[in-house]
This record gives sequence, C-alpha cells and structure tokens, in this order.
Amino acid sequence: MSDFTSDFWPIYISVLTLLSIIGTWMFLRKQTTRKLAPGEKPELIEHTWDDDLQDLNNPLPRWWLGLFYGTMVFAGVYLLLWPGLGNYAGLLGWTSKGEYEAEVKAAETRFQPVYAGFMQQDIPTVAADADARAIGKNLFLTYCSQCHGSNAEGARGFPNLTDHDWLYGGDPDTIVATITSGRGGMMPAMGGALGEDGTREVANYVLSLSGRKHDAALATAGQARFAENCAACHMPDGTGMQALGAPNLTDKVWLYGGSEAAIIETIAKGRNGVMPPMTQTLGTTSNQQAKLHLLSAYVYGLSQKQ
Amino acid sequence: MPANPSTENTLAQEKPSSSADVPIELQLYAIQQKIQPRAVHGVFANWRIALVLLTQALYYGLPWLQWDNRQAVLFDLAARKFYIFDLVFWPQDFIYLTGLLILAALALFLFTAVAGRLWCGYACPQTVYTEIFMWVEEWLEGDHLARKKLDKSSWTAGKLRKRGLKHAVWLAIALWTGFTFVGYFSPIHTLAADTIHAHLGPWETFWILFYGFATWGNAGFMREQVCKYMCPYSRFQSVMFDSDTLTVTYDRSIGEPRGSRSKKTDYAAAGLGTCVDCSVCVQVCPTGIDIRDGLQYECIGCAACIDGCDQIMDKMGYPRGLIRYTTENVVKGRYPDSGILKKIIRPRTVIYSVLMLAISGAFVYSLATRVPLRVDVVRDRASLSKETDEGMIENVYRLQLINKDAHPHRYTIQAQGIPGLQVVLPSQKITAAPLQTIDIPVSLVADPVELKGRSIAVSFTIQSIDDPRIKDDVATRFFNR
Repeated sequence: MSDFTSDFWPIYISVLTLLSIIGTWMFLRKQTTRKLAPGEKPELIEHTWDDDLQDLNNPLPRWWLGLFYGTMVFAGVYLLLWPGLGNYAGLLGWTSKGEYEAEVKAAETRFQPVYAGFMQQDIPTVAADADARAIGKNLFLTYCSQCHGSNAEGARGFPNLTDHDWLYGGDPDTIVATITSGRGGMMPAMGGALGEDGTREVANYVLSLSGRKHDAALATAGQARFAENCAACHMPDGTGMQALGAPNLTDKVWLYGGSEAAIIETIAKGRNGVMPPMTQTLGTTSNQQAKLHLLSAYVYGLSQKQ
Repeated sequence: MPANPSTENTLAQEKPSSSADVPIELQLYAIQQKIQPRAVHGVFANWRIALVLLTQALYYGLPWLQWDNRQAVLFDLAARKFYIFDLVFWPQDFIYLTGLLILAALALFLFTAVAGRLWCGYACPQTVYTEIFMWVEEWLEGDHLARKKLDKSSWTAGKLRKRGLKHAVWLAIALWTGFTFVGYFSPIHTLAADTIHAHLGPWETFWILFYGFATWGNAGFMREQVCKYMCPYSRFQSVMFDSDTLTVTYDRSIGEPRGSRSKKTDYAAAGLGTCVDCSVCVQVCPTGIDIRDGLQYECIGCAACIDGCDQIMDKMGYPRGLIRYTTENVVKGRYPDSGILKKIIRPRTVIYSVLMLAISGAFVYSLATRVPLRVDVVRDRASLSKETDEGMIENVYRLQLINKDAHPHRYTIQAQGIPGLQVVLPSQKITAAPLQTIDIPVSLVADPVELKGRSIAVSFTIQSIDDPRIKDDVATRFFNR
C-alpha cells in the first residue's frame, strides 16, 4: 500500500504538516493584537516619516481573520477524512484506485442495456442495424483507424477492409477470431533459395497470374519454380490459402505493392505482417465482449454493403 | 484617502487597573459594527425599487420560460450546449462570451465615467439582495430604531420569535435564489419536480444550498463588507472617475458652516449654510459613512443620502440639492450645474461609446451571419499518402461535422486546390440530425502529374443541400508521395 521507502518519511511528513498548521495558528493569534507603547496613538501604527507621512491603522475586518482560521479548520477536517498524513488512510477510506473502479462500474451499468440487445443478435443482423453501425464506427475510429485508415481502406502493409478480399476469411467467426487473437502473416525470404534470376522469373509468373503485363519467357521459366517453392502456401493455382493467411495472387489486390520491383522485393526479402490481438485494448470490463461483437459486425458490414 | 478608524472600534477594553501606564491593546482586525440604515423614500429610492423588481422579475422568471418545447435559457454544461432562445451555442462559440464580457466591461466603464457607481447603487446583486433583505427586516422587526433596540436587547421569547421569523423568510428567499440559479443549468421544471419529491442529485443539492447560503450570508450579514473589502469592481470603478464624473456630492459651498437652527431663523444672516446637521444623510447610509467628508471609497453611489437630505430641505423650505449628483468641477466653480450635460460628451466617454458600438456591431453581424455548421478536418496520421492501383495519389482525412441547427441537414462535400481532385466518400448521403456531430472518413484522390511539390494546400467545402447558405470551408494539406 505505502509508497514510502522507509518508515521515517510518513512520520516526517505528518509532523511537518501538523507543525505548519499549528505554527500558522499561533502566528496569527500573535498578530491579532499589539500592545501600544506608552504615549503611542492608537490610530497610528509606526512612526512618522518625512515630517508628515503617517501610517494609519486601517484594519481589516475581524471576519477576515476568521477566514484564515477557517482554512486551518478545513485542513484539519480534510486530513482527518482523506489520506494526507503519511500512511494514515483517512476516515472515508478514499483511494484513487477505488474511484477508478467506481467509475468503471458506473460506465458498465450505463452501457450494459445498450449492448444487451445487440448481444442477442448474430453479427450479420447487427451489421445491418444503423445504431450498431454508428457505435461500431466509433469503435473502429478509436481502435483500428490508426493502421487501417479512417475509411478502412488500409495502406501499404495494412489490408483494405472494404474490398471482398480477405487474407484469413471474411465470415463473422473469422473476423472475431482475427480481432481477438491477432494475426501474424509471415512470408519467408526466398531470395537465397531462388537466386536473383529465379526471383525475377517467379515475379513475372506472379504478374501473369492476375493477367498483368509481364515477360512471357520469364513467366514460363518461373512457373516451375513457383510450383516448387511457393505453391505449398499460395496453392498451385496461386489462389492462396486462408488458413495460413497466404494471399490470393490471382486478384489485383496487392498488400505491399504490385509493381515488378515491389513483388521482387517481397519474394526476395519476405514479409512479416502483424495484426495485434485487440481484446486487452478493447478494455477489461464486462463490456469488452460487447465491444468486440459490435466492432466485428462493423468490419463485417464494411464489405457487405457494396 | 485615509479612513478614520473610530477609536471605540479598534481599541479593546482597558484593563480594570486604571493606571495610566498600562499599555492599551491595539486590535489589528476591526470588529464589524452592524449598520442599521434608516429607510428612505424619494426619487432615487424609487429607481432602486424599480430596478430591484425589474432585475429580479428577469432573474426569477427567465428560467421558467419555454421556447420551441425547451427551456428558453439553459446552460447545459453536461451536454456542452448553451441555449438562449433561438440560438444554440457550442463550446466552439466561446468567442461570443468573450465579446459579451468585453461589452459588459465597456458598459461599466462608460456608466462609471458618466455618473459614477451606478451599477453598485442600483443593479449589483449585492445591493439588490441587501435591499430585499432589508425590506423583510423593516417589515418584521420595524424601523432602524426598533432594530437597534432589538440588537441590544437580551434574548427574550419575543426577540427569538422575531429573529426566527426573519431568518425563515430570508432563508426562503435565499433558497429560492439558489434554486433559480441552478435552474439555469439544469432544466428547471425537472428540478422543481425533483425538489418536491426530494429526488435531487448530490450536485444539484450542493449548489442550491451553496448559492442559498451565499445569498443569505451576503445579503443578511456581510452587506457593505462585501463592497468595502471583497469587491474588486468597487475599487477599480473609482479609477474611472474624472473631474466631470457625476458623483453623489455634498456641496460645501452652500452647506457650510453647518449647524442646527430654527426653521424661522434667517440662516444667511446668522452666518450659517443650509446644512442643518440633522445627520439624516449618515443614518440612511448603507455603508455607514458621512458623505459630508467628501467622496470616499466606501460610497456605493446609492444616493440614499440625496433622498434623505432633500426631504429635510423640503421641510425646512430650503432649495433641494445640498447633496446631489454633481461633478467635482461644478463644486469647484468651473462651470454651473447646467453645464454638466455638455460635459458628458468628452474624449473618454466618446472612446468608450465608439468601442462599444463597434464591438456590438461586430457581435450582432457575427450572430446574424452565423452558420449553424462547423467542420474540423483531421488527417490520418499513420499513412500520409498512398498510391492506388490506378497509380493515383490518395490522402485520407476524417471530417468532424457538427450540425448546430435545430433541423436535420444533408450535405455535399467538395474539395479544391488541385486540378481534377476527386472526393471519395463512404456514402453519397451525408446527413446529420439536429445538434448531431458526425465523423465522415473521406479520401482525396489526385493525379500525380498535377502534384507540384511535397505538400499542397487544399480545402474542403461542405454545404447543405436544402439550405445553400449553410456552408463551411476548411483548409488542410495534401501530401504527395
């Protein structure tokens, strides 16, 4: 509990605090009245300067003094009720952790009824609900848009979520799994195995898969190398394998760029894409599951509208 | 100017031993002397009554007024929306509050330059509530003499009853004031129902009690102490005085030498001024000063002494105006009272007026042309720009659109700055409900051929389809690869 490094400091602080309060109290009492020297006029305090410059006693009202004492009483009551004197916890038992927990609880009870209805529905139904989409959009803008972009269209290295192209599958359960546990998309570096020429041949074959402009001779040479080195993950026809997150190479969607140079770089050096697990980020309260549900529905809905 | 501390005020009782050598104790904090001002009637007292009634009718009445099925004036702090009749202000409209405060300050300067502490004397809540509380006091405890007697008397059942009744009425007014104040921030009809059913939230309860307590304490006990020791305005208002400012002034030239006399005496022949030294001006003063000592910082300019003196002058058959609103220059004989009006127009007042007019004009113009739409643009930060499959350059933004209007609107979004710039929206239907804030992800797509430089200034234009006057422009940057 205690943040103090030794038993000395709490005592030191308490003594210092209490002495200050008592000291100010005594000082104030001493400064309330003053004995007049014999012959001194009561309305004048201090002497006369420069022949006629006099300092008159123009006192503050007595209630003003009361305000000073009031602050000391306030300090006393405060130190009694709240922590402040060393290790003393205060009569109210207040802690910042307790306050945080109370706020979390209040938020949970406030949002629980909003979420409860949606939790009864399956993800496609929720995705069709305008209110749910509004909540989902807020969640997406908070937790996902940093990588996938505000419009969910992604960026280089971060998948576009609005097309129909899914690395791991776009059915509701898979989306939930992806958000829950994250994904690690590992494409090994093939440069060493293929060599420079081999890499170029494979790249041209990959270009030919989606009907792009390519060197036919190189592509033909690359076909065999592809079957040998790449087909295990990307399948012999290049349509990819969602279980591994191996991309479909026959569509025109390129996560890391579709130019010949970019494809050569990908083959030679490999790629390592990471989607972090989001469950912790979504919160540790009982509303976490509801947020996951609504967010999954929103992501699911992104590619269903078109 | 030095105040005269009265000796009885600042000296403690001498010790019983009557030796002359025993030092006396000087009190460094003065014990407050209760002032029981004598009630006064007259022109200025009537002005004050009128202003008390006017300001309080406004203050107590306004929160009950309904407008378009909502409270006409409501400052909803939780929702951060501030309703004033047809207008709805958002935190982004804070500049209007600044304008209002500047206008209020300039008005204070102007009125003070023209006629001194008019605000203090007639309209300040401290004066107004003190006045109301004194009416109650006069009604339940009698006039100032009866009240002084009651102050001195011991605690009999009669005194207890009188005092109890007075405080009950005071507290009722004070709590009603606190309730009304909270009613400006929390819908007053709900608040009333909650109060009746003892359903108030902890903060509403606290603030009602807090403002109630403040009203009761300030108007019942602190009174002139607030003006003398606590109020900053009272001190800086005196700085705005000049020699042509109308202030409550005792005219020595006609009053002195003062002295009592019979009504029949020819005072001029007896070498006397018109001041009969009746001390009515002192008895009616709510701050307990003698105006005949000249202008003092304690004087709140309530003009009670003018009304009091005029009554006596009438009784004596002397001309009114021994104590009157006049200027220092008149008293010094630089120009007659009839010249005051001309002196009101002087550089100081002209500058204040021109400033006030200019700011009011800008304020009204700005309110009249206010567009109930605000858009902020936030760039996506993770990727500054990206290349589409077609080889175009795309930037992604988030538009935060606030519909400040009481009606729903549908908007169009356009962008300028680069030839052939395209706006890509998630949906063609951009609609916002009344008082709703929506986030719109939007991307701008440009041909790299048209991009001159790394970063190009572009702007969005958001316009309502149903009301083309509702339009906002926001500037941002477009990043090249």
